[in-house]
Amino acid sequence: MGEEKNSIQDLLEFFRKLNVKELHNVEIEGDIEIEVDLQQTPIFELMRAIGYELGMAGYHLMNASKMLGYPVEVFFQPPQVAEVPVQVEKEVSVLSELIREKFEEPKVEYPGVIEEIVIGATKADGGTRSNVVKVGGEKSLPFYYFDALMPNTPKVTIDVFDMPITLAKAVREHYQDVMEDPGDWAKKAVKEYNADMITIHLISTDPLLKDTSAKEACKAVEDVLQAVKVPIVIGGSGNPEKDPEVLERAAEVAEGERCLIASASLNMDWERIAKAAKEHGHVILSWTQMDINNQKTLNRYLLNKIGYPRDSIIMDPTTAALGYGLDYAYTNMERIRLSGLKGDKDLAFPMSSGTTNAWGAREAWMTGSPIEGDSDWGPREYRGPIWEVITGLTLALAGGDLFMMMHPGAVAVFKEICQALYGEKDIRLDNIEQWITLEVEE
Amino acid sequence: MKVKSPLEIYKYLPKTNCAECGYDTCMSFAANIIERKVKPADCPFMLEEKFKDKLMELEDLTSPEIKEVVIGVGKNAVTIGGDDVLFRHDLTFFNPTALAYDVWDTMPLDKLEERINTIKSYTKFYVGNFINLDMIAVRCVSNDPLRFKEVAEKAAETGLPLILVSFSPEVLRAALESIGNKRPLIYAATEENWQEIARLAKEFEVPVVLYSKDLATLQSLAVTFSEMGIQDLVLDPGTEPVGKGLQETFKRVIQLRRAAIEGGNKKVAYPIMVVPMTAWLIESDKLSTTYWETVVASVFIVKYADIMILHSLEPYEVMPLVILKTNIYTDPRKPVAVEGGLRTINSPDENSPVFITTNFALTYYTVESDLVSAGVDCYLLVIDTEGLGVEVSVAGGKLTASVIKETIEKEKVTEKINHNSIILPGLAARLQGELEMETGMKVLVGPVDSGRIPGWLEENWPPK
Ligand code: B12
Ligand code: SF4
Repeated sequence: MGEEKNSIQDLLEFFRKLNVKELHNVEIEGDIEIEVDLQQTPIFELMRAIGYELGMAGYHLMNASKMLGYPVEVFFQPPQVAEVPVQVEKEVSVLSELIREKFEEPKVEYPGVIEEIVIGATKADGGTRSNVVKVGGEKSLPFYYFDALMPNTPKVTIDVFDMPITLAKAVREHYQDVMEDPGDWAKKAVKEYNADMITIHLISTDPLLKDTSAKEACKAVEDVLQAVKVPIVIGGSGNPEKDPEVLERAAEVAEGERCLIASASLNMDWERIAKAAKEHGHVILSWTQMDINNQKTLNRYLLNKIGYPRDSIIMDPTTAALGYGLDYAYTNMERIRLSGLKGDKDLAFPMSSGTTNAWGAREAWMTGSPIEGDSDWGPREYRGPIWEVITGLTLALAGGDLFMMMHPGAVAVFKEICQALYGEKDIRLDNIEQWITLEVEE
Repeated sequence: MKVKSPLEIYKYLPKTNCAECGYDTCMSFAANIIERKVKPADCPFMLEEKFKDKLMELEDLTSPEIKEVVIGVGKNAVTIGGDDVLFRHDLTFFNPTALAYDVWDTMPLDKLEERINTIKSYTKFYVGNFINLDMIAVRCVSNDPLRFKEVAEKAAETGLPLILVSFSPEVLRAALESIGNKRPLIYAATEENWQEIARLAKEFEVPVVLYSKDLATLQSLAVTFSEMGIQDLVLDPGTEPVGKGLQETFKRVIQLRRAAIEGGNKKVAYPIMVVPMTAWLIESDKLSTTYWETVVASVFIVKYADIMILHSLEPYEVMPLVILKTNIYTDPRKPVAVEGGLRTINSPDENSPVFITTNFALTYYTVESDLVSAGVDCYLLVIDTEGLGVEVSVAGGKLTASVIKETIEKEKVTEKINHNSIILPGLAARLQGELEMETGMKVLVGPVDSGRIPGWLEENWPPK
């Protein structure tokens, strides 16, 4: 499009030619400048065209139209009487010319760089994945493209479990039909919900659940590897006694695929897990519970005791939900990322966030507030996904690279905002001042 | 703050170590100025005539990097700005992002009143406080000064601070003549109208927003206004809600704040305004737009917006935003704890249940308000876990059978009840056996979430 300005008609024509899917991948070069004369042009049509991308996000919010238009509760209060002030006009003088200034753009350069990690292996590298996923590689704070380009956008891996589990209603309804089969579950997450990766959690191995044997459980890993061609994450049940055995076996079964093994953690036999993961060529997730010093310690162990290659470590510094410790999680991640950028090589790895934790917040899943005096919480079908999006987005702004998520609507909106901040969406809305005089239809 | 060490502040203090300020020494008082916990004028002697010059110098040295601006009057007045750091772990962020919700002057009267009431009455309980919405932004759509003035007056009746939104000086003047003494924020001065707006800001002594998408122009406006003696400024670098525009908006906001705090550019050291409401310029369905407004707002609550104008009052947008701003602006230096001990909830007697919880403020207030709201008559035994929540303190060894036993004895719990039983949080279930052994009491395990206590009681109380 270059320098020349397009008429509205050209632009509308251009957008009309594209269907939703194509528009999603479209790249327009240069800035689109649109001159809009409000009196004459069908501004809403233009905006509809530009807003199409958002339509995509909304499209993924299942059952949207069904839930629209619920009654908002309104409380009336008697109006108070306002005092009538008297103003005395003052003589005021103002300058006659604007003082012209230059704005110096600060630029920050860090000495460190975050490792870029490749997850998954294609045929060329001895695996069976159709593509790899890259995370990390930053030289600046997230989305600070004006300091240094961020090489990779945050990626989403959708959680799949090896047995049906209890999920918040708003999440469950999207997976109800596939929960019996991890392969189907994974397929749906990739095909319909646009997952970059799949995380298979082998929770049935937990002695308190089904106590499935490591061998038995690893069939689910094979199923998922068969069902989808994206790179995968393999997680245990979190049981410190059982996980080392389960993950060791999983690493073996998935040899050549360069999976992310979740996780090595200080409260279990991390050495056994890390050794197996390394031996079979996987990436390891170094998980600590909200403590930058522990994170450093565990990373050092992995690097020095196990000899884990630097290009194969991702950290999970723990995610707490919005309203339930997100401030701790945010600051912990931000400090880790800043340390990495400032040159602490022990912390210069990409970070993963268990964003699904957001569903633990009662505001995400409860039907209404248990607390007297709270205003209406609104329908939980909407609250839950937004809780997940904001939890993830906040941590993306702290330096998160990989996001373990579940709700399809949340995934779509999260990706959309990350792509916008990353600059992948070459669209723009001119005349933004029009918000001032906008009459929003209710 | 221009000074970094207490020593630099100490020089200006009376150096008598009289402790009138509540600190043992002048040096300790100085350290607390650095921490922004006290102000120079909190030392009573600094207010004396002979210290007048020193006080002025010290106030200048210790004033925050970003100017504080007050909007509104009385108990609802809101202070914005005042930050000193780019990262909250370096100190804390001050003055949470003020959220202003819009009304406009072509709304039908009933809708207008409804909307104003929704804004005014919004409450969300969180960590011991009710969070409310901060302000109302009144937009002029009609271009009719009289109509705008009437709507502004209506909004002002709430007592909430206002933002008066119009590029037209005549329109703003009409409203200011009526409610100018309520210290509304006026929006906005631009490269075109700045002289007229400056006149208004001076005449009515109100804070003013400067608007330009070009940061050089924005700085020019700021310098010009400052030169004219108008210092209560807010900077709006323009909020583009989609695509590359959003990316550039992000850059402008970050650069403004970095320039002011790290780049030493005092000329732009003012609070920043972001307008996520521009999302409503995108024609899309209501749900998508509401979601989009929420995510745009979230980005800038995390990154440096001091004040924002929003449209959607859908509870699923408002609630996460008020909690996000509370989280980001929580002081990371403060232990968020309440005192341990036995509390009575509603009116318990000897047959009432005794619940155990921890003294992490978030945990305590959640549990307490759940019980109060549900009308449960009971005792709540708050264990001092050094401010940690239930699951964390069990994992970290701060909530143990012996600590609970000690607290039961200290508070003489068994004398107050006749059923000899206590109820643990679901997440502390693993302490059950040991606690029974140590106390000889019957130990029940409640639900995982305290919001479910009422339902649990129906099935489990009184104990069999
Ligand atoms: C924030 C957080 C922290 C913060 C704690 C801040 C604080 N002031 O508490 C910090 C960073 C300090 C921290 C530290 C640790 N943490 Co931590 N932390 C969390 C996190 C993210 C959120 C916990 C929280 O605040 N929840 C919100 C509060 C309100 O919940 P709550 O107190 O449980 O209250 C609710 C219920 O219990 C119930 N309830 C409360 N009282 C009562 C009473 C009755 C009668 C009933 C019925 C119900 C009830 O209702 C409440 C509302 O829902 C969780 C993970 C997660 N996403 O949940 C991990 C988590 C709790 N931490 C964990 C661990 C292991 C630790 C550490 C031991 C890590 C380490 N190795 O150092 C340390 C221990 C600290 C210490 N030194 O003692 C683990 C615990 C694992 C386990 N189950 O054993 C968790 C689950 C993370 C994980 N998955 O591994 N942590
Ligand atoms: S009141 Fe003033 S003089 Fe006295 S100790 Fe405090 S700072 Fe020093």
